[in-house]
Amino acid sequence: MSTATVETTDGQTMENPLNRLTDEEIEAIGEEFQALHDEIFDDLGERDATYIRSIIQFHRRLAALSRIVLMASEYKPAWVLGTTGLSAAKIIENMEIGHNVMHGQWDWMNDPYIHSSSWDWDTASPASAWKHSHNYVHHTFTNVVGKDKDVGYEIMRVDPSQKWYPHYLAQPFYNILLMAFFEWGVAVHDLDFDAIKTGKKPKSQVMDELKSIGRKGRRQIVKDYIAFPLLSGRKGFKSTLAANFTANIVRNVWSNAIIFCGHFPDQVYVFTAEEGEDDRKGAWYVRQLIGAANIEGGSFFHFMSGNLSYQVEHHLYPDLPSSRYQELAPRVKEICEKYGLPYNTGPFSKQWGMVQRTIIRLAFPGGKVRPKAPAYKAPASQNGSSNGHAGNGKVEGEQAEKILASFP
Amino acid sequence: MVEQGATPRVSKARRRALKMAKSLTTPLLPDDYIELMNPMWTTRELRGEIVEVRPETEDASTIVIRPATRWLGHWPGQYLRIGVEINGRRHWRAYSLTSDPNHPDGLISITIKHVAEGKLSPYFTRHAEVGSMVYLGGVEGEFRIPYPRPEKLLFISAGSGVTPIWSMVRNLAQDDALRDAKHIHSCRDADDFIFGSTLRDLRDQERGYELEERHTKTDERITPKEIDEMVPDWRDRQAFLSGPPEMLEGMKEHWEAEGDPELLRLERFQPVIGGDGAGGGEGGTVRFRVTDVEGESDGSIPILECGENAGAKLPFGCRMGICHTCVGKLAEGQVRDLRTGEVHGEPGETIRTCVNAPEGHVEIEL
Repeated sequence: MSTATVETTDGQTMENPLNRLTDEEIEAIGEEFQALHDEIFDDLGERDATYIRSIIQFHRRLAALSRIVLMASEYKPAWVLGTTGLSAAKIIENMEIGHNVMHGQWDWMNDPYIHSSSWDWDTASPASAWKHSHNYVHHTFTNVVGKDKDVGYEIMRVDPSQKWYPHYLAQPFYNILLMAFFEWGVAVHDLDFDAIKTGKKPKSQVMDELKSIGRKGRRQIVKDYIAFPLLSGRKGFKSTLAANFTANIVRNVWSNAIIFCGHFPDQVYVFTAEEGEDDRKGAWYVRQLIGAANIEGGSFFHFMSGNLSYQVEHHLYPDLPSSRYQELAPRVKEICEKYGLPYNTGPFSKQWGMVQRTIIRLAFPGGKVRPKAPAYKAPASQNGSSNGHAGNGKVEGEQAEKILASFP
Repeated sequence: MVEQGATPRVSKARRRALKMAKSLTTPLLPDDYIELMNPMWTTRELRGEIVEVRPETEDASTIVIRPATRWLGHWPGQYLRIGVEINGRRHWRAYSLTSDPNHPDGLISITIKHVAEGKLSPYFTRHAEVGSMVYLGGVEGEFRIPYPRPEKLLFISAGSGVTPIWSMVRNLAQDDALRDAKHIHSCRDADDFIFGSTLRDLRDQERGYELEERHTKTDERITPKEIDEMVPDWRDRQAFLSGPPEMLEGMKEHWEAEGDPELLRLERFQPVIGGDGAGGGEGGTVRFRVTDVEGESDGSIPILECGENAGAKLPFGCRMGICHTCVGKLAEGQVRDLRTGEVHGEPGETIRTCVNAPEGHVEIEL
């Protein structure tokens, strides 16, 4: 993205923020974002601990209950109820709990069982490899083409600056396969084929990782497709197997949609290796800010997407608890407005639509950089504070409690 | 891995059943679900419930705890790592056990003096309530009476440092083994003596136990020189020292200069790395697989520092091998324990990176 100006969605042009900002501004931005981080981090305590523990308890109760209901899966209503419950449980476990715990968002609690070093999630991908490819590579070199393997996951062309190869013609088709079997895609993605090809990763490590994927995959398969179906008896075996398979697919499609909406909508910027090397704190924050996109929605939607609908806040502050992103959003917007930066967001259908359009268009050679979001401006009626949020973080902070209150 | 409680002792059958059920709960453990019913039922880490908070002096209290599973005992004088949660965070400290190892109801206790600026001590002395849950770590410590028991003993304590010594003296008295023990204790005044009344009673009853009190409110704290006058045969006695670091250091120097350091044991709660005859090794290289960095050690630099020197952000805690915060899974290679000089390591073993140095090439899942 070395172009000096970019087209914006309102038909104007805007200077590329990375080129426009002065050294002083970059430094000030870095300080402001950091101060916001420290403020929230210092405030973490009992309330947050109660939140994550309640969600974990809720997930376990829901999962256990759904599995029990599915023992009678040969009866239609039980099948529907159990499958819905299990799908939801898997989504909550993977997104609001697993992803965020493995990010270290709850490490401050010093609880050995809610900690990035010990957590493993209910999906095919083993924890340790994911923590490398995601926490480290993706979150450090976000959207740096060639470095961040999440830009198209090494199998798709999602930005025109990626070189075209004929196999990309098939990407609209394998994209659909990837949606359905996303967990297996993530598991294999961690191997990093590039690093294996170039010999950067020692063979012994590749073997260990393959073994660990095999072990994890086997356990997952035994649980969902053998052990629980057996518990349903001879009559229920097939229907429980189908229920578990469905729940896994639902979770895969949903997490794939949310994750793709985080980085592949049109508004999102990608960066050259050179831009990625700018190691000033403020530049890193700006890259995180414009390299991600949010999805608008209500608190239930945010919860079911593990607050990854606050992808912008997540990328700015991957180590802060996800339950705090909602209260961070208006504060982040204030910084955007102050420095004329975009705040990428949109409704789910629009964001998802753009992603699919891009995947289809870029299967073919060429393609243009799509229009970017204009500099963020708070809606006029809000008088300086932003987008329906009161400027005071405390008000938003009660969000977590509201979500908790809605659980049985 | 973060520091966690000790592994509770449960029957083999129960362990086997849990292991089998794991194929249903993976990647969680059956315990994760069992815990929903009662957090004390977990077999992953030992927990306990506070059953009594008993004031000992104006600012010291004994916390009596019922462990979730049968207490496996300890040696009088040893300490326990105990964890509590304060404002959403779990904190760990080591405290000397003050309970009888063979308590008829299987209860254990620690005795804590209020330190206003401390984190855990105010919790225990001011906020802890009956019914609160605590996490029980391992019992550790070499501060105990060796077997066969020496005839002549000398105890020197100050302030709350009396707690491990109290445990030893009581145990000796129970076993009728107080033959020739001298105890010198310093505290602010007569009322400030934790376990003072019991120890005074013991002095009056037992001929083999002499107790001398030094009250720092009116008098100077005991100095190494005075030991010569108070206990002329101190060089022949197995000595136990427990108190503030300044006192320990002064006395230790005295023993090294004029006595037999072999006969001296200190309770300092701080193992010294490379202290007791630990030899440095050859060193080697470490590859941190998750962080993707490589570090190097000359044999004296622990794995944790190898990584930090190479720019990696790694978990750490006490940096002296107590808390287990820094542990990582060893994928390949062997390590040398910098405290003991022992070389160990098998693939899959979790090792404390703060007190182990690589011995050759090491790969670690961190």
